[in-house]
Amino acid sequence: MKVDRRSFLGLGLGAVAGFSVSPVLLKLTDDSSIWTQNWPWTPVPLDGEVMYESSVCSLCPGSCGISVRKIDDRPVKIEGLNEYPINDGGACLHGISGLQYLYDPSRVKTPLKKNGDKFEEISWEEAVSLVSGKLADIRNAGTPEKLACISDKHQGSVSRLFKRLLKSFGSPNFYTMPSLESYLELTAASLHGKGTTIGFDLENSDYILSFGAGIIEGWGSPVACFKANASRKERGATLCQIEPRLSNTAANADRWVPVKPGTEADLALGMCAVILKNNLFNAAAVAGFKGGFNKLTALLQTDYSLSKISEITGIKEADIEDIATQFAKAKMPVAVFGKGRGDSSQSLKELVAVQTLNCLVGNINKEGGAFVQPVKEYLEFPEETMDDIADKGFAQPKLSPYVHDLFDKVNASSQPVVEALFVYQSNPCYSLHDTKAVKQAFGKIPFVVSFSSFLDETAKEADIILPVHTFIERLEDIPSGAGLSKMVVGLSKPVVKPVFNTKHPGDIVFLIAKAIDGSVAQSFEWETFDECLEMAAGNIWGDLSENGYVILSEGVPKAPHEIDVTFLSKAPDSVQPNGDGDLLLIPIDNMRLPSAAQAASPFAVKTISDEELKGKETVVEINPQTAKGLKNYDRVTLTTPLGTAKVMIHLSEGIMPGLVGMAKGLGHSFDNKYVSNKGVNINELIGPVIESGSGLDAAFGIKTKISKA
Amino acid sequence: MSKKESENGSAESAGECTAGDTKDDKGLGLGVIFFIVAFVICFLSGTLLFPKLLYSKKEQPFNFNHELHVGEAGSCDSCHSLREDGSFSGIPTLDKCMECHTEEPLGATEDEAVFVEMYVAKEKEVPWYVYSKQPDCVFFSHAAHTQVKPGGAGMDCVTCHGPIGETTSSRPYEENRITGYSRDIWGKNIWGIKKHSWDRMKMDDCAACHKTETGHQGYCFQCHK
Repeated sequence: MKVDRRSFLGLGLGAVAGFSVSPVLLKLTDDSSIWTQNWPWTPVPLDGEVMYESSVCSLCPGSCGISVRKIDDRPVKIEGLNEYPINDGGACLHGISGLQYLYDPSRVKTPLKKNGDKFEEISWEEAVSLVSGKLADIRNAGTPEKLACISDKHQGSVSRLFKRLLKSFGSPNFYTMPSLESYLELTAASLHGKGTTIGFDLENSDYILSFGAGIIEGWGSPVACFKANASRKERGATLCQIEPRLSNTAANADRWVPVKPGTEADLALGMCAVILKNNLFNAAAVAGFKGGFNKLTALLQTDYSLSKISEITGIKEADIEDIATQFAKAKMPVAVFGKGRGDSSQSLKELVAVQTLNCLVGNINKEGGAFVQPVKEYLEFPEETMDDIADKGFAQPKLSPYVHDLFDKVNASSQPVVEALFVYQSNPCYSLHDTKAVKQAFGKIPFVVSFSSFLDETAKEADIILPVHTFIERLEDIPSGAGLSKMVVGLSKPVVKPVFNTKHPGDIVFLIAKAIDGSVAQSFEWETFDECLEMAAGNIWGDLSENGYVILSEGVPKAPHEIDVTFLSKAPDSVQPNGDGDLLLIPIDNMRLPSAAQAASPFAVKTISDEELKGKETVVEINPQTAKGLKNYDRVTLTTPLGTAKVMIHLSEGIMPGLVGMAKGLGHSFDNKYVSNKGVNINELIGPVIESGSGLDAAFGIKTKISKA
Repeated sequence: MSKKESENGSAESAGECTAGDTKDDKGLGLGVIFFIVAFVICFLSGTLLFPKLLYSKKEQPFNFNHELHVGEAGSCDSCHSLREDGSFSGIPTLDKCMECHTEEPLGATEDEAVFVEMYVAKEKEVPWYVYSKQPDCVFFSHAAHTQVKPGGAGMDCVTCHGPIGETTSSRPYEENRITGYSRDIWGKNIWGIKKHSWDRMKMDDCAACHKTETGHQGYCFQCHK
């Protein structure tokens, strides 16, 4: 017996045969096929009970109803809520990606205190004690008016509570960030009287004359506008879009009329002149004009000849006359104002001039026209308890009418005019013009408290951050506005337990007020925000809590309205851009990029076109005539009086020559790698231009130069 | 000639071999023995040792007496119920358990004491291992199989899950080291041989039953959505 190679061959064959007839091969084949179809490293959503909870989105002023899909109490998807009076099942890309904000890497997870250049975590007790201690010092010094607050809006219970805190403390310095709603109220106040607002019946109008309003680019209540635009063809309605660039709205319109930026007010007034000259106005409506009409008519006759307006605006005389005639002869025309999303700088002259067009053709409070009615107040709070300090401080004049002025005042003064500043639901260090100056002002304010959910540009400048719940973690009343034809208040509900150690902003106000004690504490008798809202919403609370919304007004308002064109009759100056370059840099509003308090979600950032953001670089749009030999994606340096930026070029016939279009909403610098450090924040390059007569920041662009990088 | 033979030695020796050389036969015999030994060892390893290596045994968080609970609660669907939307609730959550249990043990078993102390008191879900969990690429509707109303198969739970309701203790969960799924899917028998309908829960078992009951084994997308 000799062991040779045949023996080993036998051994090998035996092993192979043995395994082959055993279950090993069959079983391993089966297991490996299951393994490859269910990679263990691929996350699989957990199974569980499916539930839907309805709420209201407050990411933008659109105030859409949402339905949050949950699996075993874990929110997994946001959808539009069917039959909600604003969006009826529709949702925008920001709404559907709203859950990403819940787990955003830049969320503030617990109260923070600035220590040198860094933040350190502190307890809620310590944070409230620090804030109330500082406020008590300001009050004891007899200067309560040196407490200021900036909020995103003045409507809604949370903003009202901040305002109430300031009043009972003794400060009139409550400010809101610019918004379409604020411009609607300002325009209405100028033309129709204080306390009124304007809505546009876009869904019924047969001729929409839009002065740059990005009707499908986030203007107003975006989903409602999408729906109104979608039904336009079926209704046979016409959209005429007047703006310097072929935006998506312009591309979707029946007629696009490029206009030189900043001349829209003159164009609107030129059209008013055509309507008056050709007797196209509504006589009954014009008879109702109360103040300044004769003076305005005379002004239009002398200063707004077709030839002159054509030269100013760059639009042919025949086109101006044709559009004005079509508008006036339409059955249900409406002229819409608010360039872009309508929430950035605007000229009151332009807003009022466009609304005057509506007044002249008599479509105010008519179906398909502009609805003018008093702002519906649905909340009722008891009077504040005011002590002597509060009375004295609150009687002081407001430091400035608008928020941008406030920072100018702070920067101009050698002494602190504001000792403490509260910032809620807004990001002025990012979204106001000349962010450098705004940040400088923040540096000069001794004590800044941010009520933010995220460590955004403004929160980074704060001394204390008191983190608030995100919109799906808290109860809040959400009043609609934003140019809608109806007024609805919705109830945003906590559909998920707070993910981090955050609090409801209303509850934080209560904690601070109670810690200050005295009359301030007496003005806040509620234990929780829920209790406060139930009391303040009073009559509507039952319906609001049961149905999730209450319609405050719907259909054509019957409220009488007045028309006073005194502001226009004084011939306010047109706004001129700053700088001395040969080109004009203008911002571009884009549905995919929010530019106010809330930054885009990672999902939304992924949807931005390469023609606006390529990699991490901003791409600006210029006409080939302006390009002078530049090619697509060439790198250039933009220079404005405020600074420089390296950008790439995108050549487009869709922008007027001489302009440089740059997307707004880019260039965030906070700690979210999916959103930040992408592109340039245009507000670093554009400074405010104050409009005479209104005091508004009406900068529509800035002169710029381009040089090859 | 002898020179020629030596030159072609290998070929000739091969010829001689086929003619029958006793010396070479012995070599072949040893090869056969090696073959048989290796065959037997590998076959036995593949049949007996391989399953032990393939599956890791895991104990449930604590022992669960199904028989006792069926006696107290009534039937399977007292705890494993269909939700309003027709989806299957699977293993009951702590909330479901607490419909009968309290923060104090109801009985005197050690297992219930563990349940109360470790899970009820800490408000923590019991991390049960699920013997019948199918891969994630499979969709299965309990409602369509168990409900009697038109469209439902009206099947008994036992048909697929066996008489688990009669057990008094939880057997160890055997996890496939490659797939991460339970041994119950393939079946206890490594050959995949089954005696009862509940011994295996592979796709072929679904198809065979569908073929018998409905006349068609079903289409891919019905389960693999």
